[in-house]
Amino acid sequence: MNPVLEVVDLSQNFGGLRALNELSLSVGKGEIVALIGPNGAGKTTFFNCVTGIYTPTEGQVFLHGAKGEKLLLNGRKPHVITSLGMARTFQNIRLFNEMTVLENVMIGRNCRTRAGILGAILRDAKTRAEEQESIDVSYSLLELVKLQDFWNETANNLPYGAQRRLEIARALATEPRMLLLDEPAAGMNPQETNELKDLVFYIRDNSQISILLIEHDMGMVMALSDRIYVMEYGSCIATGTPAEIRSNPRVIKAYLGEGDA
Amino acid sequence: MQRMLRAAFAALWFMILTLPVLGISLNTVEHSVVWRWDRILGLGAGIFALAMLWDWCFARKAAGRPVLPLPGGFGLGFALEALRSRPGLRRCALAVLAVVMLLMPVAGSFYQTNIMISALLYVMLALGLNIVVGLAGQLVLGYVAFYAIGAYAYGLLNQFLGWGFWACLPVGGLLAVLFGFGLGFPVLRLRGDYLAIVTLGFGEIVRLTLQNWTSVTGGPRGISDIPRPGLFGVSMDIAASTTYIYYLVLVAVVITIVVISRLKNSRVGLALQALREDEIACEAMGVDITRVKLSAFALGSCWAGFAGVIFAAKTTYINPSSFTFMESAMILSMVVLGGMGSIVGVVIAAFILILAPEYLRAFSDYRMLLFGAIMVVMMLFRPQGLISGERRRYHISALHGQGGRP
Repeated sequence: MNPVLEVVDLSQNFGGLRALNELSLSVGKGEIVALIGPNGAGKTTFFNCVTGIYTPTEGQVFLHGAKGEKLLLNGRKPHVITSLGMARTFQNIRLFNEMTVLENVMIGRNCRTRAGILGAILRDAKTRAEEQESIDVSYSLLELVKLQDFWNETANNLPYGAQRRLEIARALATEPRMLLLDEPAAGMNPQETNELKDLVFYIRDNSQISILLIEHDMGMVMALSDRIYVMEYGSCIATGTPAEIRSNPRVIKAYLGEGDA
Repeated sequence: MQRMLRAAFAALWFMILTLPVLGISLNTVEHSVVWRWDRILGLGAGIFALAMLWDWCFARKAAGRPVLPLPGGFGLGFALEALRSRPGLRRCALAVLAVVMLLMPVAGSFYQTNIMISALLYVMLALGLNIVVGLAGQLVLGYVAFYAIGAYAYGLLNQFLGWGFWACLPVGGLLAVLFGFGLGFPVLRLRGDYLAIVTLGFGEIVRLTLQNWTSVTGGPRGISDIPRPGLFGVSMDIAASTTYIYYLVLVAVVITIVVISRLKNSRVGLALQALREDEIACEAMGVDITRVKLSAFALGSCWAGFAGVIFAAKTTYINPSSFTFMESAMILSMVVLGGMGSIVGVVIAAFILILAPEYLRAFSDYRMLLFGAIMVVMMLFRPQGLISGERRRYHISALHGQGGRP
């Protein structure tokens, strides 16, 4: 399978703490991969390294372009990485709270549009057309995550689950090939989780976007993922299909601790 | 009952605190001490009443009711809503406003025209700062430096090179933008309080440079005999020239409002607002925050540059004492009072803060006291400013049909 995201021996040190230790991972085109592990295992740190918020201490992160070119992401700025085709959501929701739902998604369009200051002042036909397109694309993404009725609300007025879906819509607006979801189901009730699962499948099936997600809801992880990576103390301790992971003794130990039995 | 107790306690505390200043008077002739209990008691009663009122206001706020039983925002919000929802009314109001503004120098006195010019200049300044502080959320405390740069650009270019007003106007704006970039680059990593401190320092550096570089800027003596703007060589007396400047500033303000409102609603403007909301999310969503921050500084400072050139031409005399931190604070107050990011609010606030002191000369001793009190009350009861929550209307093809804008 052609990989889209390829991470080779990635390490991240914070002073004396090794938060990530020679982690290798790959996500194929159209694949849904889950990253699981106990709290503090380094999952979110991994996301921050891949998206350029942190600069990794060692190792390489590659994103494969649409034409098969291999792009090294280390040391690039977050917005460049996003424009190359990587988008993410945040564990602790980071929406633009005072802006409307539609405007939130329109920010995602920023890196795919060009209008500058002069265009904004003159409002020529090209700028207007581009803006209208951005509005319409954003609205259709809101329809995808079923938030179209709230398009003119401010983001902080949305209920929790809806805010998470809005983050996904905003990430999709950047036209990613690789989508990173950081605990998308956190704080959702079972019905919302189920809908989210359908949404993730829908995104994968209809746009061939590869998805890497961090999640603690094991039911969701097992149902969604093609493959699972398990992390503990910054290292990858197991990888495989959901069935393999479920029966892996090291994983059981990491999650449940060593029992008497 | 508890409220009365609290108020009584506040009054008592105040009486104790002010006792040495207000309550004791030394009679130096007879070497005796005069106790002025009447004053102290009067003050106590006053504080008691105020504290009761204060408590009552907070109780209303806590209960989620407006402090004043007026429709939202001291009636302003109500009026605005009416204007927003009825285009006919809006056009009428705008026409009336335009006529009043146009007839102002004809109907009003020379003195009033002058006041209006400075009010309009402050509108320009406040709108410019509104881009940086209100939209992009970058707290800049040295904004007046850009104003000074514009003014000195005209003053110096005229003195040394003999350049005229119209040549200096774009140069002043451009120089302010360059300085905006110059300030923007080193502060890219800073935010919040740290940014405020650095920009405060920047403002002081510019002012102190102007004050001490005597050989070029004339130091504290400033630059005098700056020519008023010309009009195809027509010679004008002071009154005519002032009227001319008035119209010039009016046009400049209209241009400022049009340009800024267009910017605010554009792709760039949205990115600015996103930067204010969350820098990390902004970056992760593909917005180049370096670029956005620098454009915020550049777009904000250019208006101050233009306003500075016009200011120099209006007063014909500039010196560093016109560009103190007080001016920056004043402009910032306009932005905060008007409502961060709101164009209408900031314009109204600028007029209030400049015109009120001029027309209330009788209370000029209490000007700063009143100013402070207004700010405190505003921040406690209406922190979002006079006007908030202005929302752009979007035309969505899927909802409103193809083509044709609302």
